[in-house]
Amino acid sequence: MQIHEYDVVIVGAGGAGMRAALESSKRAHTAVLTKLYPTRSHTGAAQGGMCAALANVEEDNWEWHTFDTIKGGDYLVDQDAAEIMAKEAIDAVIDLENMGLPFNRTPEGKIDQRRFGGHTRNHGEAAVRRACYAADRTGHMILQTLYQNCIKQDVEFYNEFYVLDLLLDESEGEPRAAGVVAYELATGEIHVFSAKSVIFASGGFGKVFKTTSNAHTLTGDGMAIVYRKGLPLEDMEFYQFHPTGLAGLGVLLTEGARGEGGILRNESGERFMERYAPTIKDLAPRDMVSRAMLQEVREGRGAGPNKDYVYLDLTHLPAEQIEAKLPDITEFARTYLGVDPISELVPVFPTAHYAMGGIPTNNDTEVLRNNEDIVPGLYAAGECACVSVHGANRLGTNSLLDINVFGKRAGVAAAEYANNAKHAPLPEDPAKFVEDMVAKLRDGATGPSVTASGPNTGTDAGAEAEGTERIADIRKAMQETMDMNAQVYRTEETLTQALADIKELQERYTRATIQDKGQRYNTDLLEAIELGFLLELAELLVIGALNRKESRGGHAREDYQTRDDENFMSHTMAYRQPGETEIKLDTKPVIVTRYQPMERKY
Amino acid sequence: MSTATEQATTPAPAPQQQTVTFKILRFNPDEDTAPHWQEFQVDVYPTDRVLDALTMIKGEQDGSLTFRRSCGHGICGSDAMRINGRNRLACKTLIKDLNAKKPITVEAIKGLPQEKDLVVDMEPFFQAYREVMPFLITSGHDPSKERIQSIAEREVFDDTTKCIMCAACTTSCPVFWSDGQYFGPQAIVGAHRFIFDSRDEGAATRLEILNSKEGVWRCRTTFNCTEACPRGIQITKAIQEVKRAVINS
Repeated sequence: MQIHEYDVVIVGAGGAGMRAALESSKRAHTAVLTKLYPTRSHTGAAQGGMCAALANVEEDNWEWHTFDTIKGGDYLVDQDAAEIMAKEAIDAVIDLENMGLPFNRTPEGKIDQRRFGGHTRNHGEAAVRRACYAADRTGHMILQTLYQNCIKQDVEFYNEFYVLDLLLDESEGEPRAAGVVAYELATGEIHVFSAKSVIFASGGFGKVFKTTSNAHTLTGDGMAIVYRKGLPLEDMEFYQFHPTGLAGLGVLLTEGARGEGGILRNESGERFMERYAPTIKDLAPRDMVSRAMLQEVREGRGAGPNKDYVYLDLTHLPAEQIEAKLPDITEFARTYLGVDPISELVPVFPTAHYAMGGIPTNNDTEVLRNNEDIVPGLYAAGECACVSVHGANRLGTNSLLDINVFGKRAGVAAAEYANNAKHAPLPEDPAKFVEDMVAKLRDGATGPSVTASGPNTGTDAGAEAEGTERIADIRKAMQETMDMNAQVYRTEETLTQALADIKELQERYTRATIQDKGQRYNTDLLEAIELGFLLELAELLVIGALNRKESRGGHAREDYQTRDDENFMSHTMAYRQPGETEIKLDTKPVIVTRYQPMERKY
Repeated sequence: MSTATEQATTPAPAPQQQTVTFKILRFNPDEDTAPHWQEFQVDVYPTDRVLDALTMIKGEQDGSLTFRRSCGHGICGSDAMRINGRNRLACKTLIKDLNAKKPITVEAIKGLPQEKDLVVDMEPFFQAYREVMPFLITSGHDPSKERIQSIAEREVFDDTTKCIMCAACTTSCPVFWSDGQYFGPQAIVGAHRFIFDSRDEGAATRLEILNSKEGVWRCRTTFNCTEACPRGIQITKAIQEVKRAVINS
């Protein structure tokens, strides 16, 4: 075991983590721990754009952006946070441009902007051009630009270091951050990082679902680590399903395709969104479009041999526009479905995409341990956090904005705190929890190691570990029940089924073992740990969804079809004390500043 | 649109699963003295990705099989490997694009130290990238608004902004195989992206770096890199443009 000491430790090297690192490393001794190489982070998969009311191509202002964000989030957004995000969006885009990001340009050479779902002029009058973009690879450009600037600033990375535990010091009563424990993938060695400030920027947990736009590595690690310390998670039942995943695969096709003029059609070719959102049609927020697509399929208007998807139609757009503005998604459709969007309709269906909930923070990204109090020295930003700027449904492009605005705030706040604080003492045996977890999974096997089997012994090496539970089997069963029972539409019955399945899988997980017993690059172990995190978060999602007997934003209950502001206009806070099985649900008031809840029509 | 609808709604014949043999070059330095081939049989659909097959093998047959992967659709650059002798991304290579009647060979990319199975040490690769100063270099204070750049100026370096740093190009280059000190195609692509950016003022320094012994002049224009690039970047062309810029600088 090695011990390291830093002022600030950042967990995760996607957009939020690296944006934080650029601020923090200027002010304090900073390390970034990441289970992937930074450029592999899923920020790079974001496509369509990042909204900011630059008004480069038409009239716009950040107050409209604030309103759209709140309405898009079905009034579960904390309005002061949304205001901060919309206001600081403008500087966030300019910062990125100044750092070198190659945005698409207007004929005058300014940053070009395009339309996106739910972003409107003057409180819903019509779609507005607000999304700054670089073709359909805006996330890729953001990730590259931030990484390039981290190189410029000589930011210290620990690549393929998998953080598995948060260290808290409670010697002075209330908990404060003391550091983290990480597992070095290359060697199997355990490292303790003592730090004054810890920032979690570890992303989402889309892999609880089978059909998802998320990377294999998006397993909610940071959220689960914090939750295991008895700290709350907020609004976990709110999960976004992006309307246009490639049918059957879930690979994302940007909403920017509809921003460029793309149209959703059912089997008969009808532009069905006209019926669901007469004003902004295909550019309605994602939750509404996803539900509309499911509705079409359920009522027999789906396309394809099994009538189980709808079409994204780009065929009326000029080929040059598609090639220039949407090159990557065009290639995805060609590669994975053999369909050419220039001349053919693309089969699409909703795909699990984004967690609105996560680690609760205040507007300075400080992590809350209840509705009022923070954990000094602990911060969270990006998808793993819940500020909450997305409420019950995030608007397209607001995630790239979130990581930049709140990533920057986290970096500044964590460094400033560290510069005025002392290192908290480490617990007596800081690595014990991680050592025990690793040992249990690695050594819990009944069968001998398969890696010792030597040269080519055939295809049944796994049989040696017979009688134990396989990680891949449990993961598959979890993903199937979540897709079946806790997806776009939910009922008491389906959620109860999902919960029963998850409980059973959690029990099977205690008997799970891995085949790879080695120290070196043990990705078998990594996947087993990730599954443990996912099972906890799947349970939380379902319990929150069961408890919320209303429909709001991304949470649609068929047995409670309307929004119920009287009983449910509040955030869910879920807690579980270490070692206990019972999950306690509490509520937190939504912060309302100037927008009273209204009916959500588009 | 009507023809497109007819085309797309014609029910396609249901795809058939087939049993495919994968021949994977295994190596764990803690246990093996040398790399060795191991065969696995797996039932896949023609539209499955090679990555899907590897995931099935790892999940159902041998958990110790080790490879990197993340996004699963060709954006993150984690899973470059040598498939049937050619560098490709496992998540962008479909079974139907390979001859599945014969065993499909999978091995680690060449020229970087093999750490375990399909995992190589990426550090030398990223080091070369860092050395070309891959970031915007400007003088004076940042403006309070965006820098102006015309559509045409932006277009000049568009191709090289697509790079996902998967290393498929660099590890397909015979010069890199024989001389690990060579910057390699990816680092030159990374430099190109800034050398030709109208906002950047660091071209002279980068060109000096690439005019060194291990710089652009090692390129023998074999086009392996261009063929290997999963993003379709015209890498050899970019290297030629950098060479010309060195001469004109």
